[in-house]
Amino acid sequence: MKLITAIIKPFKLDDVKDALKAAGVEGITVTEVRGFGRQGGHTETYRGSEYKIDFIPKAKLEILTSSDDVSRVVEILRNSAQTGQIGDGKIWVTGVDSIIRIRTGESGDAAI
Amino acid sequence: MESGNLAWIMISAALVLFMIPGLAFFYGGMDRKRNVLNMLMMNFYCVLLVPILWVVAGYSLAQVPFGNDFIGNFDSFFLKDISVAGDGGALATVAFLGMFAAITPALISGAVADRMKFSAWALFVPLWFFFAYVPVFKWVYGGWLGQRGSLDFAGGTAIHVNAGIAALAAVLVLGKRRGEISPPHSMPLVMIGTGILWFGWFGFNAGSALAANGQAAQAFLNTFLAAAAAGLAWVVVEWIRDGHPTNLGAASGIVAGLVAITPAAGYVSGPGPIVIGLIAGIVCCYAVRLKNKFGYDDALDVVGVHLVGGIVGSLLIGFFANPSFFEGSFREGIFYGGNIELLLEQALANGVAIVWSFAITLIIMLALKATVGVRVSEEVERSGLDLAIHAENAYHD
Repeated sequence: MKLITAIIKPFKLDDVKDALKAAGVEGITVTEVRGFGRQGGHTETYRGSEYKIDFIPKAKLEILTSSDDVSRVVEILRNSAQTGQIGDGKIWVTGVDSIIRIRTGESGDAAI
Repeated sequence: MESGNLAWIMISAALVLFMIPGLAFFYGGMDRKRNVLNMLMMNFYCVLLVPILWVVAGYSLAQVPFGNDFIGNFDSFFLKDISVAGDGGALATVAFLGMFAAITPALISGAVADRMKFSAWALFVPLWFFFAYVPVFKWVYGGWLGQRGSLDFAGGTAIHVNAGIAALAAVLVLGKRRGEISPPHSMPLVMIGTGILWFGWFGFNAGSALAANGQAAQAFLNTFLAAAAAGLAWVVVEWIRDGHPTNLGAASGIVAGLVAITPAAGYVSGPGPIVIGLIAGIVCCYAVRLKNKFGYDDALDVVGVHLVGGIVGSLLIGFFANPSFFEGSFREGIFYGGNIELLLEQALANGVAIVWSFAITLIIMLALKATVGVRVSEEVERSGLDLAIHAENAYHD
C-alpha cells in the first residue's frame, strides 16, 4: 500500500480530480498550502513599492492506493497536473504500513 | 435658519460621520490581518470620545466667540445658551462641526498602525484634540489666520495638514515597525472604504457652505471632479512608471484629490477642481515614497496623502480662487486677477499649522512615551494587536 502526495498548481485541481475519478480513484484529500520551490514567489506592487511574496498558494493532494496501482495513478496525476511551466509541483510516494476503514474496520487493500 | 439649509447641514453631518467607518475600512484593508481590528477600533474610538469632548468644551473653545484671535472662552461649555431658537441652526452646526472634530484625530491612526499601544492612543486623542485641533481650528475659522484672509473651506489646513503633520511627529517618536512589511490584507475592503469616504466627503465639503446654496452645489461638483481627476492621474503615473494600474493607486488618488479639494471646494470653479485633482494625484503619488527616502515609518501614508495633499490644495487656492464666480468677498487667486497676496496667506496659515501641530504632537507623544509608554511589546507586535489588546480576531477559518 502506498501514499501518493502531490503538490500542484491550485487551478489544475479540477482537472486532476476529474482525471483521477475517471480512472477509478475513490478518494482524494486536498489541503490548501503555501510554499516555494524553484518557481520562487512573486512580486506585488502597492503604492509603487514592491512586495516579494515568497510563499505562494499550492494545492496538496493525498491519495492512498494499492502497490499495484501506484504507477498508473501517478502517471494520470502527472499528466493532468502538468502545464509545462515552472511551478507545476511534485509527486512523491511513500509506503504505508496499514490502512483501516473507520466505518467497517476493514483493513489493508480492502480499506482503500 | 431656513429649513432647507437646516436639513442639508444635518444630512451633511451624518455623511461626515459615515466617513469614519469609511476611513477605518480604507486603513483596515491596507493593514495586516492580525491588526485590522485594532485599526478599526482606533478609528471608532475617536467617534466615541470626541463628540462628547466637543460638546463639553471643544465647541466653546474653538468657536465662542467667533472673533477671538487665538482661543475661545468657556461661555458655551456643555452648549450653554445654544438653544432651538432660530429653528435649531446653531445646534445643527455644533453637530456638523463635531463630526469634523471626530474624524481629524482618526486620520492619524493610519500612520501609527501595527505598533501603538491602545492605552497610549486613548490618551493621545483627547490631548491632541484640545491642544492641536481646537487651537488650529480656531485660528483658521474666525481667529487670526482667518482674519488675515487665508482660505480653508472645509478643513484642508485645520484638518488634513494638521493631522498629516501630527502623523509625522507621532511616527518619529514611535519608531519603525518590526519585521517584514506586509502588503494590504484586503484590497476589496480598501475599495469599499474609499467609496464610503468619497460618499461622505460630499457632506464634508458641500456641507461646509453651511447652507443649501450655489456655493454648496459647486463644492459638491468639485468634490466629484477633483477626486476623479486625482485618481486618474495617480493610476496613469503608476501605469507608466511601474507598469501596472492598481486598485490601491486609484483609491489613494481619489483620497488625495478629496483632501486637496477640501480647502478649495467653495472657492474654485471651472477647470480649477480638475487641475487641482490632477496635480494632487501626481504629487501625492510621488510623495508616498518620501518615507523610504527619509526613513520615517508612516505605515499607511498619512503624510504622503493628507499632509502633502492638504498643502497642495491650500496653496493652489492662491492660483484658482474665483470670488466673482461665487459672488463672494474673498481674495482672488493669481489666475483670476489676483496678486501673490492670497498665496502668501495660504502659505502662512499652513506653515503656522505645521509648526504648531508638529511641536504639540511631539510633546504629547514624548510625554506618553515617558509615562504609559507608546509601543506594544515585541511579542505583541509580532503575534498581533487584535488578540493581545482587544481579545478578538478579525477572521476565523
